[in-house]
Amino acid sequence: MSLARSSREPVSQPSLSLEIDNVSHEFDLVGSRLKVLDSIHLSVASGEFVALLGPSGCGKSTLLRLISGLETPTSGSILADGAPILRPDPSRILVFQDPTLFPWATVRANVGTGLEARGLLKARRGRVDEALALTDLTAFASAYPHQLSGGMAQRASLARALVNDPALLLLDEPLGKLDSLTRLTLQEELVKLWRRRGFTALLVTHDVEEALLLAGRIIVFSERPAHVKAEFRVEKPYPRHRDDPEIVALRREILETLGLKT
Amino acid sequence: MSEAVRVFDTGPAASRPAWLDQVWRATWKQGLFAALAWAATAVVTIALPDVVPWGSGRLFAEITGGGALLFLALAFLVPHLGPARAGFVHYGPWFIAIGVWLALWQLTTAKFGWLPKPFFSPPHGLLNVYVTDAPRLLICIGYTLRLWGLGFFSGVIVGYVVGVALGWSKRFSYWGMPILKLIGPVPATAWIPVTFYFFPTTFLASIFIVGLASGIPVAILTASGVGSINKSYYDVGRVLGAGDWYLIRKIAVPGSLPHVFVGLFMGLYYSFAVLVVAEMLGAKFGLGWYIQFQTAYSGYANVYATLLIMAILCSGIVRLLFVARDRLLVWQKGFIS
Repeated sequence: MSLARSSREPVSQPSLSLEIDNVSHEFDLVGSRLKVLDSIHLSVASGEFVALLGPSGCGKSTLLRLISGLETPTSGSILADGAPILRPDPSRILVFQDPTLFPWATVRANVGTGLEARGLLKARRGRVDEALALTDLTAFASAYPHQLSGGMAQRASLARALVNDPALLLLDEPLGKLDSLTRLTLQEELVKLWRRRGFTALLVTHDVEEALLLAGRIIVFSERPAHVKAEFRVEKPYPRHRDDPEIVALRREILETLGLKT
Repeated sequence: MSEAVRVFDTGPAASRPAWLDQVWRATWKQGLFAALAWAATAVVTIALPDVVPWGSGRLFAEITGGGALLFLALAFLVPHLGPARAGFVHYGPWFIAIGVWLALWQLTTAKFGWLPKPFFSPPHGLLNVYVTDAPRLLICIGYTLRLWGLGFFSGVIVGYVVGVALGWSKRFSYWGMPILKLIGPVPATAWIPVTFYFFPTTFLASIFIVGLASGIPVAILTASGVGSINKSYYDVGRVLGAGDWYLIRKIAVPGSLPHVFVGLFMGLYYSFAVLVVAEMLGAKFGLGWYIQFQTAYSGYANVYATLLIMAILCSGIVRLLFVARDRLLVWQKGFIS
């Protein structure tokens, strides 16, 4: 509860809904065009935790970049709470697979980047300390990124996203490169954070189990160009256990959809 | 075998009092050798006559003799100095070598005359220059530092701004990069005839030449530094709500710093090279001017004395830049252990 907002601060909307309508996207390659997304339709309700699952290189990450506003789709529209997404906005924060912390800035400065960029750092300095405490990085506030372990760096990257109170958290395989133990811990922390803060979360992963432990809904994408192949609801209370028979059954079903016989 | 030799060797030592043995063992031996070498220089300077007159060697003998006494004292003090000890011990061989070098220098020039006047000068010849021509040399140092400072810093500032713009803006790079690549390799001194036409005074022309020499490598390296920054840092910045100005200040500028320092070091060396040439053009003071002036009068002792000053000045400035780099780039891997 350490991140409960104090009443003095402007209350930003805790979550937002997404409407992805007939979105297709192509990349310019040398001399040709590569289609990565093929008529994607997807609605995400406010406060929902949705996992996007699919073979690697299928275009899931591209979809997140489009939602973040870093790129605009070749065709189709993406609406956040009914308004078209035209550019990046701190209400929608993308967490990358690599921590991509600025190596020249301390952990504290990295975490404060979003506030500083918007001129809010002075007014909300306390939020940076809260985010550092929440991600267990207080002792490393003055360290530089190269002094952090992989798990700590990714936690710092999460803290950097969370200080902005995002209404939508876009997670692009943020735990993909971590060792399995660190990954399990961070998965738990992610769920706790999401339940406490109530933001909408969109997680790209190729780890079926991770999707099952975290998400309320799992969207399975096809090979590139990606389209929605199947959708699964996971109606199990948190915290979930990987050995839960229902989870195990769903896991098998999803793996079969992905083309793996188990 | 070696065991037997050791046992035999300790024989006479054992007959000495124990405290003396202890003192001898603790003594910084290289300090003793340094004292010996420096004392030899002093003795050679005083005892042997000069084959060619070079002025009095007394001050030089006093200095080297004082150095010898200092090293003699240090030989017994250094073992008890604590942290400073390591520095003395590390440079011990250098202290000896300098003493030997001074003695040889003294012998080959003033004492035996193997290295003849006027092209060579004994060490006390240089010392006499510092003593007799100090006011003029100080003025020259001041002029040189003024020209270098104005040229280097204005060149670096312009070069840096141009470099950031080239690395950041596609349009600026489209027009600017080919021009920079074309004129960059031209030695700055080749512009001298043109600059005299464009600038009202030779002083301004000299500043421009020094600035050009230092600015161009800074511009090129800064541009490549900004261009080589991982694009995902900009993505992160934009996702977090940063505008262009923030991206430049907080990502492009610090991210390009390692490259910028390479450019600064290159620019620094070029600026020294050009500085002397620039000072030989219609200047009234300055170390470069002084060297040229003294060469014309075969004042080679003055030339050597000035070269020594320049060596110390330039390496001092390089050292300062290293300190600045280590401060600003602590975030780089390997600087902090």
